[in-house]
Amino acid sequence: MIELDIEKRLGEFHLAARLAAPASGITALFGRSGAGKTSIINALAGLLKPDRGRIAVGGETLFDSERGIDLPPERRHLGYIFQEHRLFPHYSVRGNLLYGGKGNAPISFDAVVALLGIEGLLDRRVADLSGGEKQRVAIGRALLASPRLLLMDEPLAALDAARKDEILPFITRLRDELRLPIIYVSHAMEEVVQLADTLALVDDGRIAAIGPVEELTSRIDLRPLTGRFEAGSVLRTVLRGQDTTYGLSELAFPGGRLRVPHLDLPLGTVLRLRIHARDVVLANAPVSGLSIRNAFAGKVVEISPDRGPLVDLRIDVGTPSEPVMLWARITQRALHELKLKPGSPVHALVKTVALNRSSPGRREAETEAS
Amino acid sequence: MLTPLESEALLLSLRVGLVSVVFSLPLGLAIAWLLARREFPGKILLNGLVHLPLVLPPVVVGFTLLVLFGRNGAAGAWLYQVFGITFAFDWKGAALASAVMAFPLMVRAMRLSLENVDRRLEAAARTLGANPLKVLATITLPLMSPGILTGAILAFARSVGEFGATITFVSNIPGETQTLPLALYALTQVPGGDHAAWRLTAISVLLAMAALIASELVARRLDRRIRGAG
Repeated sequence: MIELDIEKRLGEFHLAARLAAPASGITALFGRSGAGKTSIINALAGLLKPDRGRIAVGGETLFDSERGIDLPPERRHLGYIFQEHRLFPHYSVRGNLLYGGKGNAPISFDAVVALLGIEGLLDRRVADLSGGEKQRVAIGRALLASPRLLLMDEPLAALDAARKDEILPFITRLRDELRLPIIYVSHAMEEVVQLADTLALVDDGRIAAIGPVEELTSRIDLRPLTGRFEAGSVLRTVLRGQDTTYGLSELAFPGGRLRVPHLDLPLGTVLRLRIHARDVVLANAPVSGLSIRNAFAGKVVEISPDRGPLVDLRIDVGTPSEPVMLWARITQRALHELKLKPGSPVHALVKTVALNRSSPGRREAETEAS
Repeated sequence: MLTPLESEALLLSLRVGLVSVVFSLPLGLAIAWLLARREFPGKILLNGLVHLPLVLPPVVVGFTLLVLFGRNGAAGAWLYQVFGITFAFDWKGAALASAVMAFPLMVRAMRLSLENVDRRLEAAARTLGANPLKVLATITLPLMSPGILTGAILAFARSVGEFGATITFVSNIPGETQTLPLALYALTQVPGGDHAAWRLTAISVLLAMAALIASELVARRLDRRIRGAG
């Protein structure tokens, strides 16, 4: 377990965070800029001293104001990947990688180098690396210091889209191959959906909610924190079929199958999909003559109490034993004319085009037998 | 080539400069660190004290040293009794006077370079398991090395050229305290010394110029290395 219950006053800002996260998988700290995400992991790392409270990782107390415990950062054994790589400019790549290592890391130098694909960079100077390469070296450097937990502070924020796609698979490999728990700070929901198992929503110095990603993202009351425009549900699906004639892949979830543009992945791969509420269309009867191919029968579960022209609905398109929630955003007028109420049967239509290649979150480690 | 008087004065100047830099370097680093990294009551006072020799008439510094470090001065008497060290009318006194006069230059250069060291790199090193001492040795000092070197060379050049405080504190004794500028001064006081004075002037200019160029070249090289470019 990662337990944290701290208070810290930073000028006008008051941090009062309480968090209990599993010491496995990736826990995302998600929130807008200035919400206190970085302060929380700085406190974990020992770079920010809380005014009072307690921090423990895996049963060991790192900080306890009452008992006067405050381990210095070098004795906490937490790896930290910063937003800016923070590589040492006067060391070579190899020198950086070896900086924190004492030769007793559970993972060898060669294994780390291979895992991150930085074999060719070892004798280069830091200044000669690209942004993505620097961030990979920074990850390697943290790994070789044998941390029991990795802290990542928006490690992709300073990179362009192509570099992000270059780094993301490595982060999943850390979790899946090294079984290293990770606390991942982000303000990009796409990254969170792709990577995280547990989601902690940070708002104004507090942890507003914590739970599985699928659960928190489908809660209407948390919309202000999960992002209104970006609102959408997260679906766990399994790749069940390939339609070579039309270049489509079939992703199954309890209660239906989604057809998306071809994904070059083995059958049985578990994928997490994000479907934006604005990409879901509702109908009160089965429709024909539309280009939309993904239609699911379900029923309305919840309607947001919004006053504006738009309203969000939660639609259960799953089976009685395994509910699967979709969000739909429609106008108040449509809601009125379709006479939708909680419990109303409804057909949800998902635009295939909404499922582009970058939105599926890949979870190759959870591959199931099909 | 050089006359015996010239080589004697030159070698003495070099020795005075070297000794003054070597002994004031650790203190200079410590003060630079205090001024750049610490907040404490009296910081403005310390800063002022360090910079005082830059603005005071050198004769004031020399006289103060004479009062404090002369045989009968508070510090001088103690140093003589405990360590048998004499500063008055001794080349070591010339080194002390030079060190005091050059100290502000040294501290300024070091402080500036320390302020430019990215503290986020030091924090990163801590998370990688380095204790504060290792961080100092492997991150902070290497990154401020251009400033340390520039400071040391500037202080050396300043020491070699020190005149006022030295002549007031340790007088002008050939072979003992007569450094280049003091020898030059002595020559200007006797008739027909112009030619010899010109030669010493040329030597002084060459020495100072060489030190400044060396400082610039070394700093540039170190800078390139710690930036990891080129």
